Amino acid sequence: MNFEEIAVKSHEFVSQYLNGAEVGREVDLFATGMVNSLFAMQLVLFVEREFGFAVDNEDLDYDNFRSINAIADFAGRKLGLGATA
Amino acid sequence: MNMEQASALEEEQRQRLVKCVVWDLDNTLWDGTLLEGGIKGLRPGVLALMKTLDQRGILQSIASKNEHRPALEQLQSLGIAEYFLCPQINWGAKSASIERIAKALNIGLDTFAFIDDQAFEREEVAFSLPRVLCVDANELDSLAARAEFIPRFITEDSARRRQMYMADIKRNAVEEHFEGAQDSFLASLKMKLRIGHACEADLKRAEELTLRTNQLNTTGYTYSYDELNAFRQSEGHHLLVASLEDKYGTYGKIGLVLIALEQDVWVIKLLLMSCRVMTRGVGTVLINHLRNQAREQGVRLLAEMLPNDRNRMMYMTYKFNHFSELEKQGRLVIFENDLSITHDFPAYLIPEIGE
Repeated sequence: MNFEEIAVKSHEFVSQYLNGAEVGREVDLFATGMVNSLFAMQLVLFVEREFGFAVDNEDLDYDNFRSINAIADFAGRKLGLGATA
Repeated sequence: MNMEQASALEEEQRQRLVKCVVWDLDNTLWDGTLLEGGIKGLRPGVLALMKTLDQRGILQSIASKNEHRPALEQLQSLGIAEYFLCPQINWGAKSASIERIAKALNIGLDTFAFIDDQAFEREEVAFSLPRVLCVDANELDSLAARAEFIPRFITEDSARRRQMYMADIKRNAVEEHFEGAQDSFLASLKMKLRIGHACEADLKRAEELTLRTNQLNTTGYTYSYDELNAFRQSEGHHLLVASLEDKYGTYGKIGLVLIALEQDVWVIKLLLMSCRVMTRGVGTVLINHLRNQAREQGVRLLAEMLPNDRNRMMYMTYKFNHFSELEKQGRLVIFENDLSITHDFPAYLIPEIGE
């Protein structure tokens, strides 16, 4: 799996969860008020399930989940993909 | 919080209160078998028990193996259909029915009780859902007096809990069929969130919230009415209560925050929300309000967090709202907020800040 595939999957999940809303990859999900407690939880569970690694408390960071690109970067790092787009 | 308090807290969490009673129908709720010759009315004591549970704010539902429509019509003709939320009348396993009810009402299975006259059904549920309390239909007489069925307080909010859940079910049905993005749905609800200092009339509900709320609770600290009353009047604390309403009605008082005020530091000792507002963005708005206040007062903002197997969502809520771990004292995590990052409130939920 590469960065692009991770980003596409994350985008799919986020848009589906937000009922088909158009969400740009750089849009700050938190600042725009899209994220509530349940969505945050679902997002983390999605990342764990889809990309196959456990998200530790240390990884639960705003910067790792703030946007679709941030999620892809974070997942890429965890999966050892190295440099990202 | 020392070890003694921590173990007392764990003990407290073991003594769960029943929040929802699920009834079987044939020979449990009513006398007779509906599809085999009809029924002879409700069993003695059932109606009084239903009313008692309802007044205590305990929700009720049904898991019955029956034909859906005739059973529902029978409940209507008995004039009791409106007592039951999400009734499950089908030929599937009752454990599956109870799981569906728990999901629809969004409350934990360990707060469920299930009443059935048949040992087979009770055993099926006990096997699949060991956290559900199973009760023999022969034991109804003593049920209302059992500790698990007696909430510490009957508040204004508990007496109208059923109506509030019914409004929720209506909202959820609208949400499910809403064409458009999540935030337009939230905007369509026309929510009003009020955040204010607790007054004396709020304290019963505040105590109830500390006892009932497990998932969306940062520390699980429980406080007595008197302790809360002391915090309310103390110079060294802020005790805040949040209430929410929308076009479908009120959610009641759904949030509680206790802050210890020190010289240059505010410490959030407790932040909790009712599960019913999990998808409304209330947590972020509450925290954003506290961040604004701390910034205005020129104080640092810390928070205590006692992670357990149920409140991971609150850990995330803190982390995703610019809190990071400052130190750990045993299980207790101390967070500090990065107040340099600022956010506006979302357009669909701008709080009214009261006195």
